[in-house]
Formats: sequence, C-alpha cells, structure tokens
Amino acid sequence: MCERPGNLRQIKVVERASLGTLFEAIEEEGYTIVGPTVREQTIVYDVLDSPDDLPVGWTDEHAEGTYRLARRDDDALFGYVVGPHTWKKYLFPPRIRLWSASRTSQGFEVNEEHRDLPKYAFLGVRACELNAILVQDNVFLKGPYIDPVYKSRRRNTLIVAVNCTQAGGACFCVSMDTGPKASGNFDLALTEVIEDGRHYFTIEVGSDRGREILGRVTGKDATKAETASAETAVSRAESQMGRVLDTKDIKEVFYNNYNHPRWDEVEKRCLACANCTMVCPTCFCTTVEDTTDLSGGQVERWRRWDSCFTTDFSFIVGGSIRQSTRSRYRQWITHKLATWIDQFGTSGCVGCGRCITWCPVGIDITEEARAIREKEPVDTSAGAEP
Amino acid sequence: MGFAPGQFNMIYVPGIGEVPISISGDPVDPIPVIHTVRAAGTVTTALCKMKAGDVVGIRGPYGSHWPVRESAGNDIVIVAGGIGLAPLRPAIYQLLSQRDHYGRLAFLCGTRTPREILYRHELEKWRSRFDLDVEITVDHPGEDWYGRVGVVTTLIPLAGVDPFDTTALVCGPEVMIRFTVAKLRQRGISTDNIYVSMERNMKCGIGLCGHCQYGREFVCKDGPVFPFSRIERFFKIREL
Repeated sequence: MCERPGNLRQIKVVERASLGTLFEAIEEEGYTIVGPTVREQTIVYDVLDSPDDLPVGWTDEHAEGTYRLARRDDDALFGYVVGPHTWKKYLFPPRIRLWSASRTSQGFEVNEEHRDLPKYAFLGVRACELNAILVQDNVFLKGPYIDPVYKSRRRNTLIVAVNCTQAGGACFCVSMDTGPKASGNFDLALTEVIEDGRHYFTIEVGSDRGREILGRVTGKDATKAETASAETAVSRAESQMGRVLDTKDIKEVFYNNYNHPRWDEVEKRCLACANCTMVCPTCFCTTVEDTTDLSGGQVERWRRWDSCFTTDFSFIVGGSIRQSTRSRYRQWITHKLATWIDQFGTSGCVGCGRCITWCPVGIDITEEARAIREKEPVDTSAGAEP
Repeated sequence: MGFAPGQFNMIYVPGIGEVPISISGDPVDPIPVIHTVRAAGTVTTALCKMKAGDVVGIRGPYGSHWPVRESAGNDIVIVAGGIGLAPLRPAIYQLLSQRDHYGRLAFLCGTRTPREILYRHELEKWRSRFDLDVEITVDHPGEDWYGRVGVVTTLIPLAGVDPFDTTALVCGPEVMIRFTVAKLRQRGISTDNIYVSMERNMKCGIGLCGHCQYGREFVCKDGPVFPFSRIERFFKIREL
C-alpha cells in the first residue's frame, strides 16, 4: 500500500532516453514490472522488460462495441487509454486454487496452499484504474471478512500511475470524479509530455517507497515550465472527454426505477455475454468449483471470476432468481451505480468505459443511466405495500 | 460452537460442494451442532446419503439472527412455512429457556402435507404446554389428518397477541412471507417488528462472492434475518 509522505510535491523530470533507469530502479527493489504492451492487436497488461515493450507509437480507438489500435504520429509510450485487461487480474486472479485435501481413514486432511507471492510493480495505472483498485480495497479489505489472497498481493504491489493526456472514445472519468489525473494513493505518477521535438516525463512522488526509487532514476528537478506543460497535457484529456454520466441523486434514480420500461428495451439488445463484468476493473463476483480426481481421494476447491449475467449466478432450489436478461442487466447497472454506494460508500463505477467498448452490441452505461433518469416514469413499486 | 438463532453454517461435502444451511439446534446447548437438511440439490443429496462417522467440512456461524433477546417483554408470534421452521427452532428453544421474559408466545406452522411436518415429536410436546400456543395447518391433508387445513396465514388471527408489543419472526418461501407480512400488518404489527429470513444463492457466506445480493443487502452478512421494514422497498420487485 502507498503511504502519503509529508512532501507530496517533489516532481522530477526524466527524459525518454533515461526512462530505462526507472525500470532498473524498480527491478532493483525486487519487483516484477507489469504494464501495457501490444499483443494480438490490443494493449494488454503483461510483464515488461524495458520501455521498448510499451505500446510505442500506438493509440487505441474506442466506441460502443468497437476497439482498434492505430498508429500515432509520434512515439508516445502512453498514448492510448485503456485496453481489455485490468489490474485486478494480478490482485484478484481470475482462477485460483483455494485449497486441496486428501482423503484419509478418518475423513480428509486439508493441505496448506503454498503460494508464490508475486511482487508486482504496476506501471501505467490510469487514474480511473487507481480508483478501481481503491474500490476493490473497500470490498476485499474493509469488511468484517478480509480476502487473504487480495490482501497479500495488494500489500506487495508498487503503483506507478500514468496521468492521461488524452481521453478515449468511451471515457467518462470526469463524471465519476476519478480522473484523468491520479490524485494520491500511488507510489509514483508519471505525465508524458511530447513538445517541440522533446519527449520527457514529469514524475511525482506519492510515497516514501516511490521517493527512494525515484532517487535512483536519471533526471533533474522539474522546472515550472515543464510542470505547466504536464498540467496542460492532462487538462487536454479532461476537455476531450465526450461522455457524461450524471451522478446527481443517482442512488434514488435507480432505486425508484426497478420497473422502468427501459429494462425491457435493453433486454432486446443485451446478450448476457458477461463481457462487461469481465473487463470491469471493480466487478468482484466469484464462484467456487469443487473437483475430485477419479478415485475421489484428492479434492480441490478453486475460485474463479463469475458474472451476474449468468443464469446460474442466482440459482437457488426451485430455480434462478434472475431468469430474464432484463433483471440481470438491471442488477449489474443498479449495483454499479446505486447499491454499491450503500454497500461500500462509493460508486462501483470509475468511468473507464471498458463495458461500453467491449460490449459486443455496444450498450453504453452512460446512455442507459440517462434513459432511466430522463424518462423516469411514475413508479410506486419501491416502498409500496407487499 | 456458540451461535445465535437464525444463523447458518457453510457445510462442505468433500469434492462435491458447499451449501449454507441454517442451524436448527439449541443455542443454549449448542453441541452437537444440529442442522436440518432436505435433499434438494447435489450437495444436500450427498449430505443426506451420509452415514454416522462420515466427515464434512463446516465453517460459521454466519449472518444476522432473530431478535430474541432484544424482544424481551414482548409477545412473540412465530410463523413457519415448511422447512422454514428449521432456522426458527433455535429461537423457540431460546424463548422457552427464558419463558418468563416474554408475554404470549404463539407458534404458527404450515406445511404442504402432513408428511412434511418437521420435528413432530417436539411439536406435540410444545403443544401440550400451557405457556405456548401451537397451531399447525396443512395445505393438502391426507385421510389420516384431523387437524387444520389451509395456508399458514389462516392461523394468524388465532395468535392472540398485543399488536403494539409484538415481535413476529417469519420464515418460509417468499410467497408465504409476502402474505404473512400483509396479514400481520393487518393485525397492526409494525414492519419494524416483523423479522423475515431471506434465501439467496451463496458461495462464500462472508460477503465477498457477490451471489447473495438482494438490492443493497448481502443476504449472507447483512441477513439472512432482516426487519421487514429494511427490505420492504425491494421485497415486491420481481427477479431481484
């Protein structure tokens, strides 16, 4: 976890040619650097060896149900927005064995799970994604029960944020108050500046650990002009943001509209494919699978990501509670934007736009929220007599 | 293993799976741990096939509980539908262990057929007490049934409780809860004093897997027992 040091405003300038020294300084601390890299025509998160593994000169184009990589006319390293991966795959693995057990004459004996605890440095965490990590911290670390897998991985993780200098076609972080600039809870935060033939990064310190690492990186203290250029670049992202989600009284908007006709309408489009939940950086639902070997002597229990869009998700004896796609989409968006606030004190949406981009039929959460709000019918369902 | 009435355990059958099952033993005397299991799915069927000496995994107790201690001084009406009696049995034990702390106790129990009446021996024992009103009804009587016939809500007028100082504890299928709550309200009991136990899919039992969400509630950690007033606005929404 990142602690807030006394002096937050230490900003260093590192030239593009010296960025490799940041990688070296992080690796010297024993971290495995993971971050954005191009694979199969997408920008995914994977292990990075050097700045050359970053998506050099690439950008990503987003629209409802559309994602394409495109060449930039410069060699920006962080000139894209977000891909289909999220950092949760490292903190909260998609599939993990919780434990295994062996049958004995007395019953069965649980074998302790020996986990290799990875020590990751996340490099290239967007402000929205940083907020998504904080949202999952609330889920996994702040309740009466703590998730030990998440806790051990989270504690070990170094966070190097990268402020956005452009908005993607699906972004709405400004509406959700989660970006485009990372405002704390990081170890280091970079802003990429390309101007007048010069390519450099301003790097802000967010923790003592970050300060130590930055101390070994080749660079110099930022001038006022360089800091101002970085700030201008970030404000460009803010002004480019095309999508808006109005969050005023949003909880009541959804609580009062469980029977809105829009749910029937969205059901005609939604495939219940669960893509939105898989790419969402805050979705945390899991299921467990119990397996045995052929003899029944060895049993294992696995946990894997699950989605509220499946029929099985709500199954109880007698049948699934949420039979219709209408009810499952309603559950998902109402959880993200409304019930999450009562459960965890924040919205479950950080405005990253992934669910819009990766929806195969282009359902847009901001448009659905607007439809629920703007065509609010008289609905007496909530609060009425049973 | 101490527990409060209304709580549940997660019971694991090696290699087959894990299910939440309410505890139906005596909270005053909690060992051995007692569960009432109906063979309904894969895991409960496996559980019901087990023999003495077989081993299961167990973790808990989890969840909220019936407000038995909190209702001292009140009349109590307990309404059970079918296997919904299982999580209510600990409440009855606890009430009877401190009988003088409460006013009238009415216990209303309905099942589909006489065969499905749980804890028959015990019900007969309770029925013979003068300080506990026990009423039993079935929907579909057989030839050998001489008792009441009809749904459990028909018993509610028989509970001679003071509506202003009554706590109601209700457990059964959702449709039964709906009609029972409506009838209790008609009798003047506030929804703040009507407690219901809800059922949803559960994988973890500790609020992390997301399956049991019911509106803003996690049934596993915020429930399963809720004052009806807390879930009222969500209760009549279908497929929630």
